[in-house]
Parts: sequence; C-alpha cells; structure tokens
Amino acid sequence: MTIQTDTAAPKQTMQRPQRKPLLSMAAEISGPTYLLIAVCAFLLFIAAWFLATGLGMTKPIFLPSPLAVVAKLTKLAMDGTLASDVGNSVYRIMIGFFIASVMALATAILIGAYRFWEAAIEPFLDFVRYMPVVAFVPLTILWSGTGDIQKFLIIWIGTYFQQALMFKDNIKRVPTDFIGFGRTLGMSDLRVLMRIVVPSAMPQIWDTLRISLGWAWTWVTLAELVAANSGLGYRITVAQRYLQTDMAIGYILVLGILGLTTDQIMRFLGRHFFKYERKS
Amino acid sequence: MQAHPKLKISHLQKSFTNGRSTIKVLDDINLEVGDNEFVSLVGASGCGKSTLLSIIAGLQDYEQGEMLIDGSSINGPGRDRGVVFQSYTLLPWLTALQNVEFALRETGHDAKDIPEVARQHLDLVKLSRFADSFPSQLSGGMKQRVAIARALSYRPKMLLMDEPFGALDALTRGQMQELLMQIWQEHRLTVIFVTHDVEEAVYLSDRIFVMGLNPGRIKECIAVPAVRPRPTGIQHDRDVLELQAQVLKSIREETRRAEFE
Repeated sequence: MTIQTDTAAPKQTMQRPQRKPLLSMAAEISGPTYLLIAVCAFLLFIAAWFLATGLGMTKPIFLPSPLAVVAKLTKLAMDGTLASDVGNSVYRIMIGFFIASVMALATAILIGAYRFWEAAIEPFLDFVRYMPVVAFVPLTILWSGTGDIQKFLIIWIGTYFQQALMFKDNIKRVPTDFIGFGRTLGMSDLRVLMRIVVPSAMPQIWDTLRISLGWAWTWVTLAELVAANSGLGYRITVAQRYLQTDMAIGYILVLGILGLTTDQIMRFLGRHFFKYERKS
Repeated sequence: MQAHPKLKISHLQKSFTNGRSTIKVLDDINLEVGDNEFVSLVGASGCGKSTLLSIIAGLQDYEQGEMLIDGSSINGPGRDRGVVFQSYTLLPWLTALQNVEFALRETGHDAKDIPEVARQHLDLVKLSRFADSFPSQLSGGMKQRVAIARALSYRPKMLLMDEPFGALDALTRGQMQELLMQIWQEHRLTVIFVTHDVEEAVYLSDRIFVMGLNPGRIKECIAVPAVRPRPTGIQHDRDVLELQAQVLKSIREETRRAEFE
C-alpha cells in the first residue's frame, strides 16, 4: 500500500491533509469527482461503440452506429410513436406496480406481526416466488387475453411475491422495544402496528419499493414482447420483424434511461420524506 | 413499610423454553416496594433482572406467583407503569416534543392540554431548547432525557427503568443520575431501576435488591440509609463506599458460586 506522507516537508508550512490514492479501498471521493468518473465510464462505452461501428467491424444490421440510433429515435420522437409507447408502458407499470405494492404491504403487515398468518401464508409465498415469472406468460394470455389486464397480471406476479417477503423483513426489523413502548401506553396491537411499527419501517419499505420498481420494468417489457400491440416491448418485437436494429437498440436505451430516471425520482422522494433520519 | 405496598410480588416464577429444554430464569421472587420508594435491582448479567422488570411492566408473562399494584392484581402492560428502556425508543419521525405528545395522546389525555403538558415535561428534563429536534439530532443522553419526560408525562404511578444510562459515557451518566434524583425528589414517585453499576445503585436507591444467579432470585436486600436529598460527591463518603463494597461482594459471591457449580 502506498501512503503519501509529507513528514519530510518543512515544519512551518501547513501540513496538507493526507489523501489516500484514488484506487485504494479507503479512498474518499468528493461528489464532483464521483460524477466525473461516472460520466467518463459512459463516454468510454459510447466511444467503444463508435469505434466498433466506425471501423466497419460490424455490419449496421447487427450493430448500427450511435448516430444512426439517435437519428432513428429522433424520428420516432417527432412522429409521436415514442411518446405513445412510453405512455403505454408507464401506464401499465403504474397500475400493476401500485396494485402489487398495496397488496404486498397488507400481506407483509399480516405475516410480519401475527405468527398464525405467517405460518398460513409465508411458506406459500416462498413457493410461488421460485416459479419463474416467464412461465406464467402463456397462462396469463389464456386467462386474460393480450390486453392491459394481462400486463398488470405479469407485473403483479413478478413483484407481489418478492415484495411481500421483503416488506415483511422490513417490518420484522423494527426494534422490539418500540413495540414494548407502545404496549406500555396501553395501545392495542392494531394501533401499535399502524402507529408505530409501519411508520418505523417506512424508510426501509421505501427502499424495497425502489428496488422492486426496477424489476417491474423488466416484467412490463417481457409482457409486451410476447403479446401486445403497443408499448416499448411491442415496438422492439416490431423492430426485430423488420430488421430495424437501430430502433431495437434505441428502445433498449430508452428503457435504461426510464429505469434510471424513476430510480432517481424515488431516491429524491425518499430523501425528502425521511429527512428526519439525517443528523444536523 | 405501609399496609399496602405499591408493588407486591410473591412467589413469582418464570422459565424460558428453548426447544426441548426449559430453563428457569426467575425462581420464587418475593419483593415489596413502598410508595415513593426508589429501589434498584442489581446482579451479574444473566440473573434475570431485566426479565423481572419486563414482567413488572407487563410485557412478559410468568408461570406462577402473584403481582399486586396497590393491592390489586395486574395483567399486562398499563398506563400506571411508565417504562424507560435501555435502547433508544424515541420514534425517529417525531420531534422531541411530538414524542412526548404522542404518549399523551395515546394515553387519552385531553387534546387541548397536550402541547402544554408536553412542554412542561421537556422543561423538567431541561430540553425545551431541543423541542423541535428529531432524535437523530440528539445525543444519547438527550434521547434518554426525552424518554424520561415521555414516560413521566402521562403520570404513571411507577417508573420502571431498565439500565437507562447503560449506553452513556461516564460523565453524561453522572449528570443523568443527578437529574433523575432531582426529578424523583420533586415529584415523589415509585421507581424500580435495573442496573449493573453498583455505584449508581447505591447513589440513587433507598433499597437495593441483589439478585442471585442460576436460577435468578432475590438474594438479599440492602438498605441505603444515606440522607435525602443526597449531595453530589456523596459517592465518595466512607459509609457509601462501604455500602458499595458490600453490594459488590454480594454480587461476586454469586458469580463465584455459579462458576463452581
């Protein structure tokens, strides 16, 4: 390990704070530096892409240049296709994810607080959780056709079971003395749950929501890839059919950007809601 | 002791079941605590002092025995007993003042008096300036002061404290002890205080129950005759030091006996 030391420097000059080398495990990195490194990684990726396509290493039908992708996306944005596809997918996610989250939270409170319901429900949830969501796609189409309901169903199957168990864990982590405190005030079990336990677990519950929202993007795309006539996933299958690789790649990038944006929004809201956790 | 002790426990027994084996943690506990008395439970770790306090609070069950408060049997937790836990139990999303208000509201206080009563109790623990601070912004000592204010605010008959200053540094602990003494002196209430700090027990208590190990039981009761109010520095008086040594010796006998068994 190399540690820079200024001990040899003359005494009268103020000693500069010692800094760990950038790549050491203990290195402290300021906000702007962090951002710079992150941006560089993105630029590196784009540069590699330019290089690969510019040197003619690949045919455009397999990997078009970044410029071609941007041009295609711009065109789709201008004629309204992009906006309507994004709108459809976002709508499906919002409804499916909302239903799953509300149900999962209710389930989690039940199994987190009452041993009876834990025994009755949790093993079953664990069982279903291990069934691949993908395997449900044909069934859901059989049950509910290829409309929005089928998309909600796939998003629900993909998130509800995972969320319920993770929320339960969040709730179980509330210190027992918090519950004891509520009971010494003479509060009923239900009141302790709603007024102490759930609010205490809220920051962790929010994190779980943020993580599972990321998965929901995968499930909505999956559902749209298989059977749909609108949405981001649908457009990607169209692209495949007509060998429009630029559109497929463009939409995958859009999905990435949407995911990143929703994650940042959730982060921002979380920081705002749970300000009380911060010192000062 | 009066005809009606504040708290009377007779022949109380408690065991924990762990798989197939049952461990007796409290055996034939008998004790009486008078009105406005300050008593401590001391003993080596594992003697069941916190379990006993938890039972008195009504947060844990027991198999046998009887527990009376003011002559009537108690069942489960209640507003007549306020608890200060060792771990910090302030609700993190509420400010110091709102934490006290929360307790007042949940114990059915008259809504229009709540802000006023809550403020008075923060005053009592000298934290009025921090009324609008969140727990994350308070030091450990301050958090416990709010917890004391919160437990006192709804006027329980008894204050149960489970090593409340255990996590604090020595200096803060000393200040907290003085503050608690002062509050107890002014408000006259019954306190049961669990600690493993012998100096703390002797300084605060009227009587000290030394608990034995394996199974947990009351080994002896040592009275602390020192004057009230107790001046600062009394911890270093010869009588008090002797008493500390006596309590310590009693605890040590137990750990030694348990080791050789």
